[in-house]
Amino acid sequence: MGTLSLNQRAALLSVLMLVVGLLIWEAAIPAQKAVKELTEYEILTGAGSPKAGVPPPSQVIIKAWDQLSDPFYDAGPNDKGIGIQIGYSIYRVLTGYLLAALIAIPFGFLIGMSQVAYKAFNPFIQVLRPISPLAWMPLALFIIGDSEASAIFVIFICSIWPMLINTAFGVAGVREDWVNVARTHELGPIKTAFTVILPAAAPTILTGMRISIGIAWLVIVAAEMLVGGTGIGYYVWNEWNNLDLTSVVFSILMIGVVGMLLDAMFGLLQRRVTYAE
Amino acid sequence: MKPFLSIEKLVQKFPNGNGGEMTVFENASFGVEKGEFVVILGHSGCGKSTIMNILAGLADPTSGCVIMDGQEVKGPSLDRGVVFQNYSLLPWLTTLKNVTFGIKARHPEWTKSQVEEHATNFLAMVGLEGDVIHRKPSQLSGGMRQRVSIARAFANHPKLLLLDEPFGALDALTRGTIQDELLKIWGQMEQTVFMITHDIDEAILLADRILLMTNGPYARVAESVEITIPRPRNRTEIVEHPNYYAIRNHLVQFLGKRSKELAGQPTEASKTNKPKTVRIDLTDPTEDPENKRSTLKAVNS
Repeated sequence: MGTLSLNQRAALLSVLMLVVGLLIWEAAIPAQKAVKELTEYEILTGAGSPKAGVPPPSQVIIKAWDQLSDPFYDAGPNDKGIGIQIGYSIYRVLTGYLLAALIAIPFGFLIGMSQVAYKAFNPFIQVLRPISPLAWMPLALFIIGDSEASAIFVIFICSIWPMLINTAFGVAGVREDWVNVARTHELGPIKTAFTVILPAAAPTILTGMRISIGIAWLVIVAAEMLVGGTGIGYYVWNEWNNLDLTSVVFSILMIGVVGMLLDAMFGLLQRRVTYAE
Repeated sequence: MKPFLSIEKLVQKFPNGNGGEMTVFENASFGVEKGEFVVILGHSGCGKSTIMNILAGLADPTSGCVIMDGQEVKGPSLDRGVVFQNYSLLPWLTTLKNVTFGIKARHPEWTKSQVEEHATNFLAMVGLEGDVIHRKPSQLSGGMRQRVSIARAFANHPKLLLLDEPFGALDALTRGTIQDELLKIWGQMEQTVFMITHDIDEAILLADRILLMTNGPYARVAESVEITIPRPRNRTEIVEHPNYYAIRNHLVQFLGKRSKELAGQPTEASKTNKPKTVRIDLTDPTEDPENKRSTLKAVNS
């Protein structure tokens, strides 16, 4: 063991935990009796039809293999491949998120530049920020009228706050010395904003963007459960209605994996703009 | 005729926190000639940095004005380069990019290769060559960072270079090397420099003239001491010069005693408060040898 690096040892431990966890899960699920082992009475009372229950991991793996080998099939409104469902969710998340970024970052920039604006807007932001994004749903459905657009609006409204607050905070916190460097070099306000303030505040802004994408991905599942139609959230709910718990467990895992990938993407971006003082 | 840089009746007042006003300095007036290296020496809190910020155009005085090259100083300008105490390099840019940042602002019409060549030359002048110039400031030592800062300022050929305690955060050995480099680059460029420091030896080594400030409040530039040691100067040789300790003693006396005695006296607004010129030259044969040791000769200009 002494020759393995820290990372290698951690990875080994992770794999071990996974295997042990899966084995315990597998062992904890009672096997269903095969039809031919049942008494005639039991068959007559319907015990022969498959019972809903938490699936063992082996079934989930089979399901995953099955779904992931053909992720984009489309067999009608109630039967689409997991890739299509996730695709819809990502499309909604990105649309709402990008709209939010388009407004939050320039607006946060302006608020951060002016102490008066910062203080004037702060109470509104503080009241609006803790509202659960789903609480906006009825209002959005009524005003917008379209369930698809309402879901995007919910993503928009939940991802705007962390980006807005972090941008304003980052811009307000840019060191006076750096701004003075820009001033003594006669840079105009636009040039200063792009060459000094933006790179200086970029790590804080990216942190806000990373928090936002995380929240957006959390919220999309709930939003799609409400609006229905397509998307990973709808898929989970639909499979629950079908009592197909294997698919439910599989889609839960997929939500986790996609969320992790989104976060990792922003983690990479964040590392690129971070600087050491 | 007015000097190249003329500071006229500068007054700075700040609110003192309980409704009143605190006068940091009053009626400060002095001049700096073209190509001159002037150092301002005084205790902390006497308003040196405030004067520096006003010269840079980063702050406005309560009243009075600064005239450079016939024009009043209003706001920051590329004609006045500043080296800040804490280096003020942009940490997300490499060493080279920090210098090109300044050159691009000064010469927007230059090509990329012109800008880079100019930057590389000036970095080489302060002893930064090769791999180092592609490192970020966080990977450099304090001394190296200040060199970059100096290179950035000199590369822009400002009409006036302002140095705000540039070596304050460095250890004594590094400080020595960079002072030498500053002297070298200054010698090649005939740059007008105005520098703040509280290090007496540094001031004597670098300056043509030292302005002495009394303590605040109501601080003023009380004396202008000529450094009568010929250039080129060298830290090991100047201490041998007969004038060195005479000047040094005068400065120590001022900072230790007279800066306090002269402090806290409001002056009449009509007075211009020009500093008294002090010239100490023990090698000057025209001077009365009897006077040499007892009192230092003060001449009003």
